[in-house]
Amino acid sequence: MKIKRIVELLDATVYCGEDMMDVDLHSACASDMMSDVLAFVKDQALLISGLCNPQVIRTADMMDIKCIALVRGKRPTEDMIEIAKGKGIALISSGHRMYSACGTLYAEGLQPGEITV
Amino acid sequence: MTALHLEFDVAGNNFVSAGSASDEVKKTLKMLGVDPAFVRKVAIAMYEGEINMVIHAGGGKAVVDIFPDRIVIVLEDHGPGIPDIELAMKDGYSTAPDAVRDLGFGAGMGLPNMKKYTDSMNIESTVGEGTTVTMVVNFAR
Repeated sequence: MKIKRIVELLDATVYCGEDMMDVDLHSACASDMMSDVLAFVKDQALLISGLCNPQVIRTADMMDIKCIALVRGKRPTEDMIEIAKGKGIALISSGHRMYSACGTLYAEGLQPGEITV
Repeated sequence: MTALHLEFDVAGNNFVSAGSASDEVKKTLKMLGVDPAFVRKVAIAMYEGEINMVIHAGGGKAVVDIFPDRIVIVLEDHGPGIPDIELAMKDGYSTAPDAVRDLGFGAGMGLPNMKKYTDSMNIESTVGEGTTVTMVVNFAR
């Protein structure tokens, strides 16, 4: 699923990564706990999170995640936008709640990724 | 023979810069052409360790030696120390305050994650003096 389709489905605002809208993502994960992302997630492309601080961007970068969708209308800080720009990560924000954001994307075919336990 | 030696000061209680040392190491490994799967393992393990130093120890020092076949990461802090390392290694055990949980950490998964992604991990800790964590990731299979 292209990032622009994710933006459209989640009615999201794009804070950075406008040039990445045609990047195709194949999987997603959702968590507010960054250690969860670091522990269980592998080869993901989209991170959906209600957590809004610079460590969300750092965590995504460590995992080679290409796009972060903040939910519940969270607005990223300037720090976050700057780090995301530097890392080549698209940062978007949606008014959807976590459950609804996940359900919407899942229903449209965005699959959960491979997990390692 | 050491191929590359890196040292970083990790600032304590600075949640914006937390992770920047791991970021530098990740970039360096990528530049050296290390297999991305190993780069990710190193990045995750060191990042969790760096976050731990920021959260629990008021910062510290990271010393990284990159050899052709492995990386050795030593994280040294002068924080409160870990009274019971075995307990600290248990999944879900955490002494992090609620404020840290609000930041997305403190789920008691940091040390287990570090162990999981490294080939060896050693913790030396003295209460009241500090903690030194040594991690090795082998690049060769």
